Amino acid sequence: MNKMMSDKKVIALYVLPPLLLMMILVYIPIIMTGYYSLMKWDGIGEMQFIALDNYKQLFQDNMFWKSTYHSFLLAFFSVLSLAGYLAVALVLAGKVKGANLLRKIYLIPMLLSSVAIAQLWLRIYHPSNGMLNHFLMSLGIDDPPNWLADPNIVLYAIFVPIIWQYAGFYILIYYAALRNIPSSIIEAAIIDGANPWQMAYKIKLPLISGVIKVTIVLAVVGSLKYFDLIYVMTGGGPNGASEVIASYMYQKAFRSFNFGYGSTIAFSLLLICIVMTWLIRKLTNSKEEIQY
Amino acid sequence: MERETVVGKPPVVATPLKIGKKIGRAFFYAILIALALFQILPLVWLLFFSLKNNQEVFNTPLLSLPSPPRWENYVKVWVEGNIGQYFFNSVWITTVSVILTVLLASFATFAITRMNWKWKHVVLGLFMIGLMIPVHSTLIPLFSFFMKVKLIDHPLSIVLTNIGFNLPITIMILLGFYQSLPRELEESAVIDGCSVHRMFFRIILPMTAPVIVTTTIINMIYNWNEFVFVNTFISSDEFKTLTVGIQNFIGQYTTDWGAIGATLMISVLPILIVFFFLSDKIMEGITAGAIKG
Repeated sequence: MNKMMSDKKVIALYVLPPLLLMMILVYIPIIMTGYYSLMKWDGIGEMQFIALDNYKQLFQDNMFWKSTYHSFLLAFFSVLSLAGYLAVALVLAGKVKGANLLRKIYLIPMLLSSVAIAQLWLRIYHPSNGMLNHFLMSLGIDDPPNWLADPNIVLYAIFVPIIWQYAGFYILIYYAALRNIPSSIIEAAIIDGANPWQMAYKIKLPLISGVIKVTIVLAVVGSLKYFDLIYVMTGGGPNGASEVIASYMYQKAFRSFNFGYGSTIAFSLLLICIVMTWLIRKLTNSKEEIQY
Repeated sequence: MERETVVGKPPVVATPLKIGKKIGRAFFYAILIALALFQILPLVWLLFFSLKNNQEVFNTPLLSLPSPPRWENYVKVWVEGNIGQYFFNSVWITTVSVILTVLLASFATFAITRMNWKWKHVVLGLFMIGLMIPVHSTLIPLFSFFMKVKLIDHPLSIVLTNIGFNLPITIMILLGFYQSLPRELEESAVIDGCSVHRMFFRIILPMTAPVIVTTTIINMIYNWNEFVFVNTFISSDEFKTLTVGIQNFIGQYTTDWGAIGATLMISVLPILIVFFFLSDKIMEGITAGAIKG
C-alpha cells in the first residue's frame, strides 16, 4: 500500500503536467516581466538593457501616479461598499420572505461578461438617449451631465457599474457565512436578551470576521488590477481621467508598443498587489481566531 | 433578524414597540427591493430596447413595452453579425478549457492529498501562489511567447491560458473535499488489487462528483466571460469568442440601438438560462470559490 502510494512515476505523471503549465504560463512570465522591465524594447526589434531607467521614468510619470491614484480610489469605494453589502446580507439572512429570490436577482450582473455590461452601461450613460439622462430630463433637469465625457465625473460614473457588477457576489458570500453560524449560538444570545443590533455587532460580525477579511483582500486586489469595463467603456479617457494601472499598462504595451515600459508598469502592479495583500492580512490579523 | 418568540414573555398586541418593529421591517424590505431593482432594471431596459427601432428607443418612455416587438433585430444581427461563429467558439473553447482544467487539477490534488512524497507541500504552495498573480503582469511575456511558438491568433493560446490561470482556484476548491475522503477507500482498493490509475479513475474521481460540479461551474463562468486574453491574442474573426466578437460587431453599429440591444441580449441569454436552471448550484460554486480563495 505505502509503496504503491509513493510511486515516483505516478506522482510525476499526475503532478508534472499541471505544474509545467503553471510554470510556462504564470511563473516564467512573471520573471520575464521583471526582466523586460529593465529593457528598452518595442516588442519586435532588439532589446536594449537600460537597468533601472524605466523605473526612474515611472517615478516621474504623472500619468502613472494618476492611474495608480484612480486604482486606489476604486479600491477605497469597493471596500466602502462592502459595509453596505454586509448590512444587506445581515437583513437578508434574518427572517426575510423571498430572500432566496432576492439574492438570485442581486447576483445576475456578476454572471454577465464585462463587455456586455460595459456596452449596456455605455447606453445607460448616453448623453441624450441613455436611460439615466432620459430619466433626469423627465424630472425636469434640462441639462444633465455627459457622464463619460466629463473628466470630473467619468471616474465615478465608471465605478458605479463596477460596483453594480460585484454587489451580488459579496452579498452572497456574506449571506452564506451568516447562514453558517450555528443556530445554538444565536439562540443562546436571544435568551441572554441581546437586541438585534447587539446580535449583529457583538455576535454575528465577530463570528464571520475571517470571511470579512477575505472579502477585503478580494475587493482591494480586484480593484487594483481592474481592467475590462474601463477598457471597453472609456479606454482610460477622456485624456486619462479614467485611466487605471492595468489600462495604462495595456495602452503603453499594446497601443504604443513600448513593451519595456509596459513591463515596468505590469511589474509594479504585481508588487502593489502583493504588498497590499500582505498589508491587509497584517492589519486585520486578530490575535485569536474565533472558533465555533 | 428578529425572533418573535422570546421565552417567558406574554404576547402583546399593537404596543408602540411592535409598530416600531413593523416600520423597521418595512424599511428593510424597501431597501432590499430598491437594490433588486437597481440590479435588474438596466437589463429590463436592455430587453425592451432590443425590441425597438431607434425612433421608438428615443421617443417612447424608458420602460414601455415595445409594440409591436421587433424580433427582426435579432434575426438581423444573427445573420449579419457572425454571432453563430463567435457563439460556437465560446462553447468549444469553454468546454475544452473546463474539462482539462478540472481533470488536471484533480490529478494534482489527488497526488498532493492522497500520495506520499517529500515535496508535496512545496508543490501545493507553488499552485496557491498563483492565486495572487494579476493576469496583466504576465500579458507581455505571454504575448511574446505565443508569438514565438506561432500561437498568436490560434485558439490554443486561449485554452492554455484559461487552464493555467484557473488551476489554482480549482485545486483550492478540490483540496478540502479530497482531504475529507477516508483512507480506507484506498486501502480496500489496494487489497482488491487496484492500480493507482484504476483507483483514481474508478473510485476517487466518481466520489468527487459534487465538488467537480462546483469547480466546473466556476470555470465555466470565468472562461465564458474571459476578455483580456482573447482581445490580446486573437485577431481574426474566425477564432473570436462571443465576448470579444460582439465588442467589435457593436463598433460597426454604434447608431442602431435595436441591433446593439439584440446582440447584447444574445450574448447574455445563454448564461441567464443556465442560471435559471442551476442557480442553487451556481451560488454554491461561487461561494466555495470565494470563501476558500
